Amino acid sequence: MNRYLVIFLGAVATVTFAFLVLVGLPQEQLADVGAPAALRPYSASEQAGRARYVSLGCHYCHSQQVRTPAFGSDSARGWGRASEPDDYVYDRPHLLGTMRTGPDLMNIGVRQPSRDWHYLHLFQPRAVAPYSVMPSFPFLFRVKDQAEMGDVIVNTPPGLVPAGKVLVARPEARELVDYLRAMQHDYDVRAAAGGGR
Amino acid sequence: MTAPSRPYTDSPAPDVAASERVAADRSTRRPVLLFFHSAVIWLLIGSLLGLVASLKFTFPDWLTGQALWTFGRVRTAHLNAVAYGWASMALIGVAVWMIPRLVRAPLHRPLVATAAAVGWNLFLVLGIGAVLAGWTDGLEWLEIPYPIDAVVAVSGGLMAFSVLMTVARRRTRHFYVSVWYVLAAMVWLPIIFVTANLPVFGGVGQAALNWWYGHNALGLWITSLSLAAAYYLVPKVLGRPIRSYSLSLVGFWALAFFYSLNGIHHLIGGPVPTWLITVSITASVMMVIPVAATAVNFHTTMLGRFGTLRHSPTLAFVVAGAMIYTAASLQGSAEALRTVNRVTHFTHFTVGHAHLGVYGFASMILFGAYYFIVPRLVNWEWPRPALIRWHFWLALGGIALYFVSLTIGGWIEGVWMLDAARPFGDVVSVTKPYLVARSVGGAMMMAAHCVFAYHYWLMVRRRGPEPQEPAWAEGRAAG
Repeated sequence: MNRYLVIFLGAVATVTFAFLVLVGLPQEQLADVGAPAALRPYSASEQAGRARYVSLGCHYCHSQQVRTPAFGSDSARGWGRASEPDDYVYDRPHLLGTMRTGPDLMNIGVRQPSRDWHYLHLFQPRAVAPYSVMPSFPFLFRVKDQAEMGDVIVNTPPGLVPAGKVLVARPEARELVDYLRAMQHDYDVRAAAGGGR
Repeated sequence: MTAPSRPYTDSPAPDVAASERVAADRSTRRPVLLFFHSAVIWLLIGSLLGLVASLKFTFPDWLTGQALWTFGRVRTAHLNAVAYGWASMALIGVAVWMIPRLVRAPLHRPLVATAAAVGWNLFLVLGIGAVLAGWTDGLEWLEIPYPIDAVVAVSGGLMAFSVLMTVARRRTRHFYVSVWYVLAAMVWLPIIFVTANLPVFGGVGQAALNWWYGHNALGLWITSLSLAAAYYLVPKVLGRPIRSYSLSLVGFWALAFFYSLNGIHHLIGGPVPTWLITVSITASVMMVIPVAATAVNFHTTMLGRFGTLRHSPTLAFVVAGAMIYTAASLQGSAEALRTVNRVTHFTHFTVGHAHLGVYGFASMILFGAYYFIVPRLVNWEWPRPALIRWHFWLALGGIALYFVSLTIGGWIEGVWMLDAARPFGDVVSVTKPYLVARSVGGAMMMAAHCVFAYHYWLMVRRRGPEPQEPAWAEGRAAG
């Protein structure tokens, strides 16, 4: 080839075509996806927890997408019904994920409604799941001599914090757990509010 | 672009060609060395971060005192340091060095290209610092926050200006294959990078955008520039032309068309329209065409000359890289099939594949390029040939161990995950020995990089004996 223009236009054409097919068309097709009636927007605290989730990179090990029963054991594991585009209307950035070093979290709020479980798991994952390779997040907590007014005390098994001390969840942990508990996508997705499918 | 007024020639007299090469190298010396120095430093930083991230699977309570060192951040800093630091800066260095030689015109405004290297480093320092501090856009491959992205957009623009203006002043009628890939990559990266950073997407649509970008950053940027380097180096070292011009054409256009459509295979089984996934799977399988064309072209060029591998470190690295390119690409096509992807998606298998591509293919070719180019820029020979052998075998052994352990471990992980009767804890536990083996492979690669960086440092300081003749067959005398 000896024409600059051929290469230039060819390069622009191929990548533009790919953009239109892979991004443009689905955007158009999904334009009328509306929020399901049962899906509410994140509260301020949940949104802050979600931002913490992103900033700590939780989504590099946890997906947020349940595959159909034909495509895996997701539902049989109790991870919920297959996810639909409607489930993600409030999600920016998207956190679909590409790894399951840990389990899918699309319905972690259904599986684990207990705040105490979440606090303990974040403070020391191996206290609740001995096999876990998840990092511990001690910086989301404080070990104090005595709880003060307004502190959220975490019930710990013996030996996890020194005797006579209490484990207190920092606001960051409280927001993160608010978000995780809000991860409930077990409603009927077809019962749409505005827009519908 | 307007045609230059000087006469075109594709085959100047040998003495003219030699003096032009010297002039070309003189014009690119400063920016290319700056890109190369920076890339080596980012390689060291990036591999250290990768090794730390890998060890955290075995020691999950290690370095957990601060958010800074948590897995999610270290892993992300690793990806950005090796993809945008090591690979991108080294690839740009190679491209900036090749273009003036290939179009027979000295680099236009070398100072602009040098400024681009400074800006690119600034982008990485700020961007990786931001990721470690927890400021991220949150999309894989696009974590570095928008305001910092502006720095790389400007630097990339400066670099492209210098390269494209050089091409505009060319004195060759014909563009060699490497020039096609470099020119196309310079068009592709800005388009995909700017589009992907437009803050107008959310939800599932953003996931599609994310992987359209992510896979094209690999395919249209890293792969294109790596192939450009291989197309330059293989014939150069062998002293014989690439076998087939037509195959090069097929390889180039098929890559441009099919690779750009691959991205959504990262969302197979996900909540996106089925037709969209099918398009990407089809395109992924069609990648067999450009890959086979390129493989046949390289390997038939090599035919009967494999003995040269023993004398040329450049060729050893580049041929290893080219062979791994074929293997990684065919693996990628297979991995996109629904039946295979059902098992491998969401597992460490994918991580093994990614490293086979970016390390086994792109990085190996880049190492080969360094061994060829740096002597011509610093007018010196690599002082310790034994170190090159250490580098080669540690890197190759490291990626082999890395790839094999994650491929086996990831496959078992995938099969067990599909079996709902296996508790999730068993799925996690079964991968643990393979993750230890992966860390050993990673440590070998890290050691290879330390050897390489030390030797590179000796080289640019012009340590060791004054070279009497080229230490390697394709030394300066061979041009």
